[in-house]
Amino acid sequence: MITLRKERALVGREFSSRLHIPKLFEMSLRIAIYLLLAAAGVATAMPFIWMITSSFKLNAEIYSYPLTLLPRNGTLLNYIRLLNGSDIPFIRQFGNSTIIAISETSLALFICSLVGFGFAVYDFRLKPPLFVFVLATMMIPSQVTLVPLFLLMHTFGWLDTYQAIVIPGAINAFGVFFLRQTMLFIPRELLDAGRMDGCSEFGLYWRVGLPLSGAGLSVLAVLFFLGSWNNYLWPVIVLRTMTKFTIPVGLATLIGLYKQEWGMVLAGAFLATLPIFILFMLGRKQFVAGLTSGAVKG
Amino acid sequence: MNWGKFQRKVAPYVFISPFFIGYAVFSAYPVLHAFYLSFFKQTGIGTRKAFIALGNYGKLFQDDRFLHSVLVTTYYAAGSVFVIVPLALLLALVLSAKFLKLKGFFRLLFFVPLLTSSVVVAIIFSLVFNERYGLLNNWLLAPLGLSPVRWLLDPRWVMPSIIFVGIWRWTGINSLYFLAGLQGIPDELKEAAVIDGASRWQVFRHITLPLLRPVTLFVVVLAIIGSYNLFGEPYVLLGQETGPSDSGLFMTIYLYLTGFRFLNFGYAAAIAYAMMVIILVWSLLQLRLFGVFREA
Repeated sequence: MITLRKERALVGREFSSRLHIPKLFEMSLRIAIYLLLAAAGVATAMPFIWMITSSFKLNAEIYSYPLTLLPRNGTLLNYIRLLNGSDIPFIRQFGNSTIIAISETSLALFICSLVGFGFAVYDFRLKPPLFVFVLATMMIPSQVTLVPLFLLMHTFGWLDTYQAIVIPGAINAFGVFFLRQTMLFIPRELLDAGRMDGCSEFGLYWRVGLPLSGAGLSVLAVLFFLGSWNNYLWPVIVLRTMTKFTIPVGLATLIGLYKQEWGMVLAGAFLATLPIFILFMLGRKQFVAGLTSGAVKG
Repeated sequence: MNWGKFQRKVAPYVFISPFFIGYAVFSAYPVLHAFYLSFFKQTGIGTRKAFIALGNYGKLFQDDRFLHSVLVTTYYAAGSVFVIVPLALLLALVLSAKFLKLKGFFRLLFFVPLLTSSVVVAIIFSLVFNERYGLLNNWLLAPLGLSPVRWLLDPRWVMPSIIFVGIWRWTGINSLYFLAGLQGIPDELKEAAVIDGASRWQVFRHITLPLLRPVTLFVVVLAIIGSYNLFGEPYVLLGQETGPSDSGLFMTIYLYLTGFRFLNFGYAAAIAYAMMVIILVWSLLQLRLFGVFREA
């Protein structure tokens, strides 16, 4: 083991010496990389910083020269006007978004975990074809269902309701696949032991399956919540009245209402992003794992 | 058969049934219904349907706006594949440099644009692109002595602007995919090549790049599919419209306008099916191009 490491070190030394690159070049390459990263970092962060600082500016200042990053005369007026509801019922819309995102996430997690459990821990005759079917459904782009699903919501009388978003959104093939992969690691002996103790099959799911897939569930929860909170296309189709709108739909109407009221629009954009930023700070690991799992569209 | 055994036999079907019931109602039936609708002319809810056979599909080929939307979407897809993906690879290579400090911080930072809603992105970038008071014209072009660009008002600049937003939003996540791929390449392989006298470029060209092929395929397919899904950013950025001379008329926007502004359900269904076919063809083409079928 020790000799192996020594050899590695030797190879490593040779690796750098064989490059025949003068130290100066190496140094300038490093500096260039740092400069590149710093520039990219500033370019990434600047639009956000601009959004936040400008939301504390009066409109007259947003539309004036020279542009300043920090507000010259900081004001809360944009927030006050947004929250007092005279233009859009922002607090109500924030509540709508919260209710929809939480219920859609919970329902989707419940369904996906049930189905994932079924596929992961049982052997049954139709399992292979049915599982392939679940995977195949991911190939169909959601645009195909937009019009007929809208007509279906109309038939159900669900237009302008929460359930028009929550219930269709809870059927998620990727979530099934993801939790099935997680639950494959549940030891079958553990389930058999539970059965010996008289536990029902649903009890096994509830007391063994769910607790053992906490990590997978939290990753998926973050993914579902983010998707639901930020969703725009489907809510803008099925929601009809101001008091039912989610935040993205509400903010988009606010732009339409006042082309020149950017201060208020920016304040709303910042408040809409704040919960996600806070969640991100709390669960960075889950966010990165969830969003790199390949389920992101857009 | 006793109760326990019976329960075990039925349980898996009960467990998986919610997905299949839900899928049947909210996806399978709509998919089939869309196909059915695409053979009819229907405008508005509850109006009479008129059977026009392949009329809607025939109309697609003569509809200048539809053909234009295919062009716009393809423009963006090309931008994604040839600009965003290479930038993401570059960023991943930079982020994987061994000497780099603050790696974790940078990875998270480039990830953040993905967290925001498309509407919020559009709001932020309305200010970035503003002709007179925007960040780009004042803080980037002016110091370089360049004259201001009418980003969202000039039809020639609308697509580059939207691709610019795409770069900001998607480079970070794609670089994380590449990073994962880079971490899967054993160092020994590169070291061996260097000992055999390979230059840095040769190592990259003949070892790193070929081994990144699966990740590249994945990223490219995602980028193309993403172009067809793009809706919120361009739609809201262009004032809930399609931009000057339809310069930002993405396919999903056209589908949305046809179906939900003009309530032309039959034609919208045909557009949706055309999109599905295009997306499937792209995905299969990509898989072929990258030689996935050769190994199978």
